[in-house]
Amino acid sequence: MELSSEQLLSLYRVMLIIRRSEEQLARSYAQGLIHGACHTYVGEEAVATGVCAHLRSSDMVFSTHRGHGHALAKGVHPRALIAELFGRETGVSHGRGGSMHLFAPEVGMMGTSGIVGPCILQAAGAAYAFKLKGTDNVGVAFFGDGASNNGAFHEGLNMAAAWDLPAVFVCENNLYATEIAYASVTRNPEVATKAAAYGMPGVAVDGNDVLAVYQAAGEAITRARAGKGPTLIECKTYRTRSHAEGMRDAGYRTVEEIEAWKQRDPITMFRKKLLEDEEAGEAELQAIETEVQTTVVESAQFAQNSPYPDGATATANVFSESTKT
Amino acid sequence: MRELTFTAAAREALTEEMARDASIFVVGEGIGPRGGNFTTTQGLYELYGPMRLRDTPISERGFVGMCTGAAMAGARPVVDFMFVDFILDAMGELINQTAKMQYMSSGRIQMPIVLRGCIGIGKSAATHHSGSYYSIFANVPGLRVVVPTTPYDAKGLFKTAIRSDDPVIFLEHKLLLNNKGPVPEEEYLIPFGQANVARVGKDVTVVALAAMVPQALSAADELANEGVAVEVIDPRTVSPLDTDTILQSVHKTGRLLIVDETFMPCGIGAEIAAQVSDRGFDDLDAPIKRLNGAFAPTPYSPSLEAALVPDAQSIAQAIRDLLAE
Repeated sequence: MELSSEQLLSLYRVMLIIRRSEEQLARSYAQGLIHGACHTYVGEEAVATGVCAHLRSSDMVFSTHRGHGHALAKGVHPRALIAELFGRETGVSHGRGGSMHLFAPEVGMMGTSGIVGPCILQAAGAAYAFKLKGTDNVGVAFFGDGASNNGAFHEGLNMAAAWDLPAVFVCENNLYATEIAYASVTRNPEVATKAAAYGMPGVAVDGNDVLAVYQAAGEAITRARAGKGPTLIECKTYRTRSHAEGMRDAGYRTVEEIEAWKQRDPITMFRKKLLEDEEAGEAELQAIETEVQTTVVESAQFAQNSPYPDGATATANVFSESTKT
Repeated sequence: MRELTFTAAAREALTEEMARDASIFVVGEGIGPRGGNFTTTQGLYELYGPMRLRDTPISERGFVGMCTGAAMAGARPVVDFMFVDFILDAMGELINQTAKMQYMSSGRIQMPIVLRGCIGIGKSAATHHSGSYYSIFANVPGLRVVVPTTPYDAKGLFKTAIRSDDPVIFLEHKLLLNNKGPVPEEEYLIPFGQANVARVGKDVTVVALAAMVPQALSAADELANEGVAVEVIDPRTVSPLDTDTILQSVHKTGRLLIVDETFMPCGIGAEIAAQVSDRGFDDLDAPIKRLNGAFAPTPYSPSLEAALVPDAQSIAQAIRDLLAE
């Protein structure tokens, strides 16, 4: 899949929006502006960016607790993300969700989740609905290595493969489920190879290489849209910040390991490649960086200036309006 | 009027609704060509094929999560559990995902899913095929919980369930499935939250659900011979619960007995008693009494099974005791 310069710069811009938004959230967390958990996606930006670049707003993404990047890559504006973590009415879930419940169905962002695993099943289910209706949309699940040890992975991949559902399962293998080393809780730490158990293709890619992710995702999504069934993509990546902001990031991985992965930063590597390949000039990239930085700073100001939700609305939408009795 | 069995009435509702709405599909074990263990889908596979009558692997968590995703994408799934005990493998999906999705998405996602299954003690089904669990479901915001008694109720409530945009738990007692009763040929729907006054009386109110309703009616017949007029109220849905109809009855009779085959602690009877004592205290001439199935798993042997559950005799005695208060 050949990409135009414009498409390449778009990938760069989306990765940068995620990175700058996460850095902003980390600062805001330290300032006490975030009331609950904040799991950042720093270091993994290439995955969401490379996959979502192929998706339409009518395609559906189901995400996990580390989902800010998925929401942004699927089209949620940073202001709606930041306002949500600030608990404001203008947040993407109107202050109902915070970091782990980001819902923007209008752009096909069908939720992040505080529970590991359900996104796999829901993506398979959306794929079932697309197949039932005869559309060529796809359901995409993003999840970590931890989810691959959960029963939902087995049940979801099995059914999706059995029925040739248009689903793509994207495993972000960042080596640790919270703070448990993946290799210490499975005899087979090569996630992509597990696809064979379900009779579906399994592909392992460098999750810090946005073009590698883009390529693998493109093939999987094309395959799904053509009715040929699901694919498991393992993106080997790393989160360079702690599991969640404010958590002690020690006792389970080494400083050397973190530093080594920082040397393979997906954004730095891609920037270098864009310059080397002469797809963009320094000034062009700096212009994007300035624009993204401005957007994120303004988004944080917007969030901070936004009202908190009215307490009187705390029980709204427990049931559907259409069937309220 | 023609008579149908409970199962045939519910199946007629499903058949009519599937003809009306192509987004409805059914999943379950043996609901395809076999037509369902309890003939819930008999004849439908021939009409609609495998996409709409989907035989599943034994993956209860998986297909509840999958159907949740399908509902998020605009389909209207019906999950046929055969025995509702099997839903327990899916409680995380049901309570954390299905039930909370509308709220967490601030009403932008609807959750039109019906989860149906056989409940109740009887026929030596033993403890993994005899549960009812409606008190647990009624404790969850976002779920509708339906417990029909007659074929008429089964059809009218199933139609409402399938057209509801909320998740509905539809529970079918195994001792009622082959009962015949009048079912109109013309279409009708029964709204949720509307109790049925199964027998009018002035001396004492008995609230009963599902298989306890015919037992309570037998007890009422017996007491009529003793000059006691028993009013029998069948709530039909436990969430929403029609407390108003119960209160109106208690206003008339001054005495309330709640008969519930399921467990007493934290059960639906406790909820009814609390609401009546709160809103109808001045109407009460005696303490509210409960008669429940024993607080134990369900044994196999007929002699043990019968010892566990209220019947017409024990209900009649409980009414006499209440009248003596």
